[in-house]
Amino acid sequence: MTRSRLWAVTLPVLGAVLAVGLWWLLTAALHIDKFYVPSPADVVETFLRTPRFLIQETWVTLQRVLIGFGIAVAGGLAVAIVLAASPTVERMTMPVLAAVNAIPKVALAPLLLVWMGFGDAPKIVMVILVSFFPVVVSTMAGLTSTPIELRRLARSLKASWRQTFVKVRLPWALPQIFVGLKVATPLAIIGAVIGEVVNPDRGLGSVISGSGASNDTPLAFAALVLLAVLGVLLFYAVALVERLLVPWAQALRSEE
Amino acid sequence: MIEVSGAGRTFDGRRGRVEALTDVSLSVADGEFLTLIGRSGCGKSTLLSMIAGLLPPTTGSIAIDGVPVTSPRRDVAMVFQQPALLPWRTVEANVMLPAEISGLDRGDVRARAEGLLSQMGLLGFRKRLPHELSGGMQQRVSLCRALLQSPTVMLMDEPFSALDALTREELAVELQRIHLELGTTIVFVTHSIQEAVLLADRVAVLSDRPGRVREIVPIDIPRPRSFGFNAHLDQVASASARLHDLLMPLDKR
Repeated sequence: MTRSRLWAVTLPVLGAVLAVGLWWLLTAALHIDKFYVPSPADVVETFLRTPRFLIQETWVTLQRVLIGFGIAVAGGLAVAIVLAASPTVERMTMPVLAAVNAIPKVALAPLLLVWMGFGDAPKIVMVILVSFFPVVVSTMAGLTSTPIELRRLARSLKASWRQTFVKVRLPWALPQIFVGLKVATPLAIIGAVIGEVVNPDRGLGSVISGSGASNDTPLAFAALVLLAVLGVLLFYAVALVERLLVPWAQALRSEE
Repeated sequence: MIEVSGAGRTFDGRRGRVEALTDVSLSVADGEFLTLIGRSGCGKSTLLSMIAGLLPPTTGSIAIDGVPVTSPRRDVAMVFQQPALLPWRTVEANVMLPAEISGLDRGDVRARAEGLLSQMGLLGFRKRLPHELSGGMQQRVSLCRALLQSPTVMLMDEPFSALDALTREELAVELQRIHLELGTTIVFVTHSIQEAVLLADRVAVLSDRPGRVREIVPIDIPRPRSFGFNAHLDQVASASARLHDLLMPLDKR
C-alpha cells in the first residue's frame, strides 16, 4: 500500500522530468535556434526576467477560467437535470443543443468582440461555450443510467420523484458527472486562451499574442508552460474533489 | 390475503403483441409461503411485479386484503435477484432506506436496523460499504432492508439464484426461520425445485408462455425443513418428482 502510494507520487514526477529532459536534449543536440524552439533554460530565464508580470497574467486567466467554468458547471447541471426530468423537453432541445455545440467556438470569438467589446466578459463567455456541453452530456448520461433494479426498488418503496432523484439517481450519476468535468477543465482553459488571443487585453493568451508581434518566442513558451501547469493543477483539483465526493466509485474501480 | 383473479398481461413489443400471462387465478392466505415455479419466460416475474403494483394487469384484477392493487404499498416489501444496494451507502444506511423514504424517526429505526443486522450476523459490517461484502452477505442486507418495512407481504423474485450453491442453501434456511418467526406472507419466485420444496407451503407451477397456473402442489412436510431432508425423504422425493413432471412433461421430452 505505502509502496504503491510512493509510486503514485514519484511516477508522474519522473514522467514530467523525463519530458523536460527530452525537450532540453533535442534543442541542444539539434542546435535549434531559440527563435524557433527555446530550450527549457531559455524559458526559465524569460520567466525569471519578469516573474511578477507573468504570475499576474496567469492569475487573470485563471480567474476567467474559474468563473466561466463555475457558470458552465452550474448551468450544465441545471440543464441536464431538466432534460433528464422531461423526455419531452429533451427531445425538443437536444437538436438545438447539438447544433450549438457543433459550431466551431473559435469562429464565435470575433462576434463576441462585436457584442461585448473588450474586457473579461467575452473571455468568460468563451470559457462557458466550450466547457458547458461536456457537463450536460455526462450528467445526462449519468442520470439516465440508473440500473433497473434500483429504479424498481425506489418505486416499490413509494419514493417520490424528488426522493428518487436525490437519494438514488443523482448519487449514481456522480462518477459520470466527474468524467464530464475532467473533460471540461482543459477545454475551459483553451476557451479562455482563444478569447484572449483573438481579443487580447490581459491574461496569458494576450501574452502569447503579444510575443508574436515582438518575435519573443521564449516568452510565448513561458506562457504556454504556465498554461500547461494551470491545466494540470485544475485537473488534479477536480480529481481531488471527486475523491472526496465519490470515494465509493474509486473503491469499486480499484476492485476490478 | 392476496387474491389474483383472472389476471393477464400482454406486452407490445417490436414483433407485435406478446401474451406473457393469461387468466391467472390464485390466492395466498395470510402467513402462507407460496412459491411460483416455471421455466424461464413463463411470466412468473411479471406476475410478481403485478402483485407488487409495479405493473398493472391488462385483464383481471389483483387485491391484497380486499384492496385492489393499483400502486406499490409500503407494507409490501420486495427482494430482487440483485441485492439492489446503493453503493455509496453503508450497510446500515442501506437497511434504513425504506424508513427514510417514508419519513420515520431515525433513532428508533437505527435500533431496529441494528437488531435485524445482528440477527443476520452482520452487525460487525454495519459501517462497511456494500462492495466490501460477499454476494451472500449483500443479499442478507437486502433481506434486512425488506424486513425493516415490517412487511405483511414479502415478494421475492429469484432472490438466491445469483448465489453459489452453499450460500443459497444457508439463505434459504435463514428465510425459513424468518418466515416461521414472523409469519409474513411470502410469494417467492424460483426455478429451483429443491428451493421450492424446502420453502413452500404450496407451489404454483406455471406453464410456458403464455403463463397460466398449471397446477398448485401442496407440500405437506413438517417444518423446520432442511436441505439434508433427513426425516421425510419419501415426501420430499415424491413432491420433487411431481414438480419435475409438471415442469418437464413427458410428451415434450
